[in-house]
Amino acid sequence: MLRFNRWQTIGLIVLMVLAAYVTIPNFLERNAEGELAVPGFPDTGLTLGLDLQGGSYLLLEVGTESVIDSRTNNLRGEITREFRRQPRIRFSQVQRDGDEISLRVVEGQDFEEAERRLRRLSRPLPNGAGRDTAVRADAENRRLYYSLTEEAKAFYAADAVTASIEAVRRRIDALGTTEPIIQRQGDDRLVVQVPGDGDSERLKSVIGRTGQLNFHLIDESVTPTDISSGRVPPRRLVLVDPDSGIPFALYATPDITGDMISEASSSPNSDGGGFQVNITMDAQGQRRWADVTRDNVGRLFAIVLDEQIISAPRIQSPILSARSRITGSFGPAEAQELAVLIKSGALPAPLEVIEQRTVGAGLGADSVRAGTQALLIGFGLVIVYIAFTYGRFGLYADIALFANVLLIAGALSLLGATLTLPGIAGIVLTIGMAVDANVLIFERIREELQGGKLPVMAVESGYKNAWSAILDANLTTLIAAAIMFQLGSGPVRGFAVTLGIGVITSVFTAFVITRVFAGGYVLKRRPKTLSI
Amino acid sequence: MAFQLIPAETKIDFVKYRRIAQVLSVLAIIGSIAAFFTLGLNLGIDFRGGVTVEVGAPAGESFDEGNLSAARESVGALGLGDIGVQFIGASDEERSIVAVVEAIPADEEGEGDSMQNQVATAIQGALREALGEGIEVRRVDVVGPTVSGELVKRGVTALVVAIGLMLLYISFRFEFRFSIGAILALTHDVILTVGLFAALQLEFTLAIIAALLTIIGYSMNDTVVIYDRIRENLRKFKQMPLRDVINLSVNQTLSRTIMTSLTTFLAVVSLFLFGGEVLRGFSIALIWGVFIGTYSTVYIASPLLLATGVKREWNENTAPQGKTADARP
Repeated sequence: MLRFNRWQTIGLIVLMVLAAYVTIPNFLERNAEGELAVPGFPDTGLTLGLDLQGGSYLLLEVGTESVIDSRTNNLRGEITREFRRQPRIRFSQVQRDGDEISLRVVEGQDFEEAERRLRRLSRPLPNGAGRDTAVRADAENRRLYYSLTEEAKAFYAADAVTASIEAVRRRIDALGTTEPIIQRQGDDRLVVQVPGDGDSERLKSVIGRTGQLNFHLIDESVTPTDISSGRVPPRRLVLVDPDSGIPFALYATPDITGDMISEASSSPNSDGGGFQVNITMDAQGQRRWADVTRDNVGRLFAIVLDEQIISAPRIQSPILSARSRITGSFGPAEAQELAVLIKSGALPAPLEVIEQRTVGAGLGADSVRAGTQALLIGFGLVIVYIAFTYGRFGLYADIALFANVLLIAGALSLLGATLTLPGIAGIVLTIGMAVDANVLIFERIREELQGGKLPVMAVESGYKNAWSAILDANLTTLIAAAIMFQLGSGPVRGFAVTLGIGVITSVFTAFVITRVFAGGYVLKRRPKTLSI
Repeated sequence: MAFQLIPAETKIDFVKYRRIAQVLSVLAIIGSIAAFFTLGLNLGIDFRGGVTVEVGAPAGESFDEGNLSAARESVGALGLGDIGVQFIGASDEERSIVAVVEAIPADEEGEGDSMQNQVATAIQGALREALGEGIEVRRVDVVGPTVSGELVKRGVTALVVAIGLMLLYISFRFEFRFSIGAILALTHDVILTVGLFAALQLEFTLAIIAALLTIIGYSMNDTVVIYDRIRENLRKFKQMPLRDVINLSVNQTLSRTIMTSLTTFLAVVSLFLFGGEVLRGFSIALIWGVFIGTYSTVYIASPLLLATGVKREWNENTAPQGKTADARP
């Protein structure tokens, strides 16, 4: 058990060299493209967690129920369009009960035909999971109930989450943030991780705003007095211009919507003062806007973002160009934010930040310093104490401890793991606990010596007899680490990863590496007594 | 011999002290439960939801008492109810100002989440107003009511699953009666640690759950090593009374128990002293856990085997259902 052949020894050395080889890139300089400045090393390395490098973690919930809600409302229009087609079917009492739209067929002889036509509206879902709508008939009361199927709801919800991820990605990219991570979590959540010392409030407002841009003509026949006394014609939208405080009645149907805009950017206002947002419309938008402005010269229109008037200018002349600009009292940051929102398009569903963890770069740097300090001092204390207690064998254990830290670093680098502050704590703790395996072995050797065994035999059976306890003891810690990894989030996971890796490497280094040295010593020197 | 802290051969009658230990432990558990229900846990925003904003002084400056009261006044003027504003940090030069807002209860629409984001924005504005634009935003944590509820559930689940798996593991590697002592010791450790946090009103965060899981792993580790030795001695000394086997095993492993506790202690103390503010609560829990875990292994888990009794017929490979002997003290 104490003898290692040459190949085993070489294998161990190669393993250590490999661990060093994949760890070294962490300390090398990188050039502007993120490539290693020194050639010949692999592109491995661990990432610092947001708590160490600074950055924001946002957990967002996608309001999928509002997507389902508006899809259900759309069913109403679908029914109306279908029944107005020839031959027409007369219906009344259209209402919504929960998830169903119901209506009453006026003529009894139309009922079966109405049900048949409604059923024919149902389409297969793109994902093949079933059909999108279902019809329930109540012949007695001549009522039909039309609703989305459960499969359709699930499909639209999942679709909204996917589309939200895309929209959030476009927005964050447009902000020029480096290396954002955007992931889906569970059914209706997104995780957004943005490293760096950016303004988290701005990030939240850019991500969370719906960003629905509309151009509406204003009905100038409705005066502010009419509005305040409630005399507003149907299909008008009353909004207050925040700059002047004047309420306007807008035609509810927009002429231009955000999806007709292909490009948006911000620049200083060409008339001097403030900033403006430049927009470029696509072909459809350009044609539509040319028609609208030609027919409505001299009238007011409103540029509305998320039901708020940004500005309400007058149409001076027909606008034939695809390019327009939106002026208002914007600062540079606000203009850029508006451009980002307009360009990236409206969110398909409302997004809510339900958890935020932002760490400034300053606190991150402090944590790196504190963590490194705790690591070095803890390591130093343990090393000195072990050497002091076990003498020559203590030094062997110290070598194993170095090897252990090297292996942990190598494993983390190779996995490209994220190192968090709790992760560093995990390494410190592992150093304290890693010695345990050696302590078990060395105490065992002491016992065997007291039992009258000769040094070689004592060392041999010390290793052999301690194994069962080492295995049992470390498996329990590994179980705890696995649970933390499974159920923990962010920082706790970081701790679980280093603790788990540390347990595995420490058993290896304590049991194998010290044995190479201890075995080599007793076999070669054949000491009469052991100092342990 | 190099240096030995613990004499090589101790013959301490640990089992004899088990009554005293049990009384002490029961008292400590009662105290912990009392502290838990009277004082309650000082839950961090992880578990009760809320907003924390920490700001540091502009580069080259430091905050004084005047800054703190200005910040208090400015944040208080927001009319958001009880907002704690205080210093945090080791030294006067490096301290930051931290504002903590109690959870905003969600109304039936679940609007609590969006309210909290507005609160976070408002507090940052108020602090900028009071302390100047140059301040450094060091930390912003917003935990909505949805998430905090889930974190509580996940934390409790993790602890229960951990203890449950340990029970299974010990039953599998040893036998069921060993696991009773081990689990009682673990539960004891968890209750006492939670009790400490309640009694001292230390902030109970997600990191403390991680610390509790680590303590469970550590205490189990200690227990398993002694159980392993008990099993070995049961094989070796088939006629020795259980009481003596336990005493012998605890004594034989005593120097290892103390050595490992000390090295782990050195590591967590260095975390406590040098690991910074963020890891403080975590390292306090671990320091306490190292003591409690070691104590419970020696005085609770091992002597409890006397009460449960153990299997005497241990085989190297298979574990047949042998006859058992319940030794009396």
